[in-house]
Amino acid sequence: MHGGDEVVAAPSRPSEPLDWKFSQVFGERTAGEEVQEVDIISAIEFDKTGDHLGTGDCGGRVVLFERTDAKDHGVSRRDLEIMDYPISRHPEFRYKMEFQSHEPEFDYLKSLEIEEKINKIRWCQTANSALFLLSTNDKTIKFWKVQEKKVKKISDMNLDPSKAVGSGSVASSSSSSSPKTCLVNGSSFDGSYNKLSNDFLSPGGLQLLRLPAVTSQEINLVARCRRVYGHAHDYHINSISNNSDGETFISADDLRINLWNLEINSQSFNIVDVKPANMEDLTEVITSAEFHPTHCNMLAYSSSKGSIRLIDLRQSALCDSHTKLFEEPEAPGSRSFFTEIIASISDIKFSKDGRYVLSRDYMTLKLWDINMDSGPVATFQVHEYLRPKLCDLYENDSIFDKFECCPSGDGLRVATGSYSNLFRVFGCAPGSTESTILEASKIPMRRQVQTPTRPSRPLSSITRVVRRGSETPGVDANGNAFDFTTKLLHLAWHPTENFISCAAANSLYMYYA
Amino acid sequence: MAMIDEPLYPIAVLIDELKNEDIQLRLNSIRKLSTIARALGEERTRKELIPFLSENNDDDDEVLLAMAEELGVFIPYVGGVEYANVLLPPLETLCIVEETCVRDKAAESLCRIGAQMREQDLVEFFIPMLKRLAAGEWFTARVSSCGLFHIAYPSAPEAVKTELRTLYGQLCQDDMPMVRRSAATNLGKFAATVEATHLKVDVMSMFNDLTQDDQDSVRLLAVEGCAALGKLLEPQDCVAHILPVIVSFSQDKSWRVRYMVANQLYELCEAVGPEPSRSDLVPAYVRLLRDNEAEVRIAAAGKVTMFCRILNSELAIQNILPCVKELSTDSSQHVRSSLASVIMGMAPILGKDATIEQLLPIFLSLLKDEFPDVRLNIISKLDQVNQVIGIDLLSQSLLPAIVELAEDKHWRVRLAIIEYIPLLASQLGVGFFDDKLGALCMQWLKDKVYSIREAAANNVKRLAEEFGPEWAMQHIVPQVLDMINDPHYLYRMTILQAISLLAPVMGEEITCSMLLPVVINASKDGVPNIKFNVAKVLQSIIPIVDQSVVEKTIRPCLVELSEDPDVDVRFFATQALQSSDQLTMMSS
Repeated sequence: MHGGDEVVAAPSRPSEPLDWKFSQVFGERTAGEEVQEVDIISAIEFDKTGDHLGTGDCGGRVVLFERTDAKDHGVSRRDLEIMDYPISRHPEFRYKMEFQSHEPEFDYLKSLEIEEKINKIRWCQTANSALFLLSTNDKTIKFWKVQEKKVKKISDMNLDPSKAVGSGSVASSSSSSSPKTCLVNGSSFDGSYNKLSNDFLSPGGLQLLRLPAVTSQEINLVARCRRVYGHAHDYHINSISNNSDGETFISADDLRINLWNLEINSQSFNIVDVKPANMEDLTEVITSAEFHPTHCNMLAYSSSKGSIRLIDLRQSALCDSHTKLFEEPEAPGSRSFFTEIIASISDIKFSKDGRYVLSRDYMTLKLWDINMDSGPVATFQVHEYLRPKLCDLYENDSIFDKFECCPSGDGLRVATGSYSNLFRVFGCAPGSTESTILEASKIPMRRQVQTPTRPSRPLSSITRVVRRGSETPGVDANGNAFDFTTKLLHLAWHPTENFISCAAANSLYMYYA
Repeated sequence: MAMIDEPLYPIAVLIDELKNEDIQLRLNSIRKLSTIARALGEERTRKELIPFLSENNDDDDEVLLAMAEELGVFIPYVGGVEYANVLLPPLETLCIVEETCVRDKAAESLCRIGAQMREQDLVEFFIPMLKRLAAGEWFTARVSSCGLFHIAYPSAPEAVKTELRTLYGQLCQDDMPMVRRSAATNLGKFAATVEATHLKVDVMSMFNDLTQDDQDSVRLLAVEGCAALGKLLEPQDCVAHILPVIVSFSQDKSWRVRYMVANQLYELCEAVGPEPSRSDLVPAYVRLLRDNEAEVRIAAAGKVTMFCRILNSELAIQNILPCVKELSTDSSQHVRSSLASVIMGMAPILGKDATIEQLLPIFLSLLKDEFPDVRLNIISKLDQVNQVIGIDLLSQSLLPAIVELAEDKHWRVRLAIIEYIPLLASQLGVGFFDDKLGALCMQWLKDKVYSIREAAANNVKRLAEEFGPEWAMQHIVPQVLDMINDPHYLYRMTILQAISLLAPVMGEEITCSMLLPVVINASKDGVPNIKFNVAKVLQSIIPIVDQSVVEKTIRPCLVELSEDPDVDVRFFATQALQSSDQLTMMSS
């Protein structure tokens, strides 16, 4: 297993900041091109192997990419998983396919429009050559199977003598164009089948019956919706997450978390319900939820008050009481109108080994050890320089932007997005001072100014280290106004490589190091 | 290509449609696979049809599912059991597909075929296939393989048997939880075929692995394995190896595992036998009855009666009854409801004295439960207590409970109690009914909810059946007929419905003298809906009364209605007249 162990084992490695380079961009905007709302990317997710990448957009589409490098077809998938093969090249992806996952709908009972925007994508266990994934909008989760299908050319039909054998006539043309075959539909023939017995048929006629010969060369990718999980959420779904048991997943909305079996879409079990008896007493909502990567009974969810709760499904059927609560004690005297708003956690992610939880609130990125609930093991300042501007940000609603975060596959670094199409990478191994600002463009390091990386400043607690990136990023220092309209909300780290994929509006940028 | 003979034409179409673009046509063809095979003959089925199916296995799941099912019964079409092995390759590929239902069906078909195959063919074809699946690269193949071992194992030579046991052991420790779950599910079937000596060593060690699995979902399934394995082991081995596992499962940290133990309790008791059940499982069961998790208590409470049946009444009174008392005041209404649905069955086990002394107070408290389901569950099982202590002791409390349910604000509760009225009437006897329940039955006929009125009308009929026409003449009919003058037309309609239901039960004489005049009178009603319902009722009465009555009374009334200004009244009156004509024609 990667992650935690490695942090301890190789303390020298993380000290060198990674040198990020541009790899690829999909859907790059040309100068002056106006971005269509429906094209804006709203979800990014790598699958477990890192061979596939899925994105969802505001138009309800899911676009899949596949890795093209280092994919040796001779090696079995199992071996690839185990093998720690040397990386000669950085990952490269190519467009694989896209499909319309969700359509705009209207809830007539509540007179509500349901947007088609994809809120989350999660990959499920691959089986055979078929890929499986879950996608969700505000209300409905769908289970997709993406599979290669041979394009069939059928010849050697029994009927339709006008076509020569082997001419490659397509199936539909032969049997449905023949006027006689209209008899076939339905059961009108059942009677005549029964009449058939071997002595009734002349042997000569029998020999003429032949099975269709199928020749196929081309391969087509087909996405089929296998199941729809609907009508289980009164509020907007903010997260879905697969369980390591391979048969269940959760979906979370503002007030409830439901547990589903992948095979059963007719019922789900409510496992967390934070809805107060009186909605006027509502002070806290669920903002994000995720299953532990290996322990099937554990899941974490975050709240708008900045806390993370870890729950154990073994304890009770309804897990309203948490097993562990992770909260940072409020610094005395610092309370303001915005305190609660900026404390709201927009995203949580488990590290690959499940030891740590990474959380993102408006100002910071925090790393929590699930064995230590007294406070985060590390806090990374992302938006500290915005503190004086909170009023403006509140006015234009930017303060409610939900930035995602992601840990690297090896657990040594963490990344999250920001404004002006910037994103940040921090080193989180002990002693690391790495803090990089990158721009989602073809020259990612352009905004990187020479800020001396200061050594980490230990606070009173030895375990708790607050590391600061450059608190006044160059751009701001240069007097450039931050562009709150270009925000980089969604990004994902490749599970095994130093490779980040992030979304700037409708463009998907990829970087490697 | 030459023209196809006329009789072969449908076959030709079927064959072509195996590859049609339209999935419905493909499905249709696959479902008729046996017809195609019969037409092709055994040899061509083996050499052409089966290979064709093996190659074309990337179809939609619905088609694959149908194919997997059809192939399971295909042995006769390929030339009998000596050729059964040709069916294995297509099913093997179907065992690897992603869709669970297709895999399950394919494995089921393989079992069906394997069970008929000759021993040497099993060794030559089936076992190698099984090994390929068990070592499959994708978990889907390994999942399917678990369900095939019990077919292959008995025929395998000694060396292969060892290999198969090792393979199964590996599947029990597979990386993928899906595979381990499948291994746990199928362990009982496989164990049943393994020799006793290996059972105790190899199979028990696999079982132990599964019982200690990290994944709750795997351990859950091992609970079922306890029952299955327990039946195979010698009693003393069972007590030594299975009992400790059950006891430890009953204290598992996952409530789902404990729930499973509570649910499977009867099978587990059967597996370990009555003596160890009494000594070791009673404490475990008591713990489950007092579990922190309501879901576990619900499952455990539902097994109270069955568990007490295994114990003697003394042990039950000593150990279980105190828990039952606690459960009757449990904080979860579902626990109380679950208890109420079985507790009446404890009466025959405990005997009369203990029932009166110990159970009766619990019955009475449950009859006063705030949650209607609890009360309903008690009332629905009344007959079981009646046999032991008679109804008198209960009847005092019963009436208020029934009245309260009868007036519950939720119509579904009212509906449920109406359903039990005939049962109550038969248990409580005519006397009790006359005094207390008669008025309720009439009251329901005027309920605000249609479903209740409908059920009430039906209830009146069932009571008449239960107590006979004479009683009904005295206690039901006059009251019902009285209501025909109700100012509300919907209630009048309910009465018409009740009359049409009562007529066959009451017999011709009473129908003519009492019921028919009321109906005829109602044909003068001002509301068209009543009038056309009169026509419908008359139509239903015609077959049970004498022809002279039809001619003299019913037909004139229908004729009049058939000239009504309202189109619906005319329609139903005409319909009734026509059916009367037909009856006359048939009888003449």
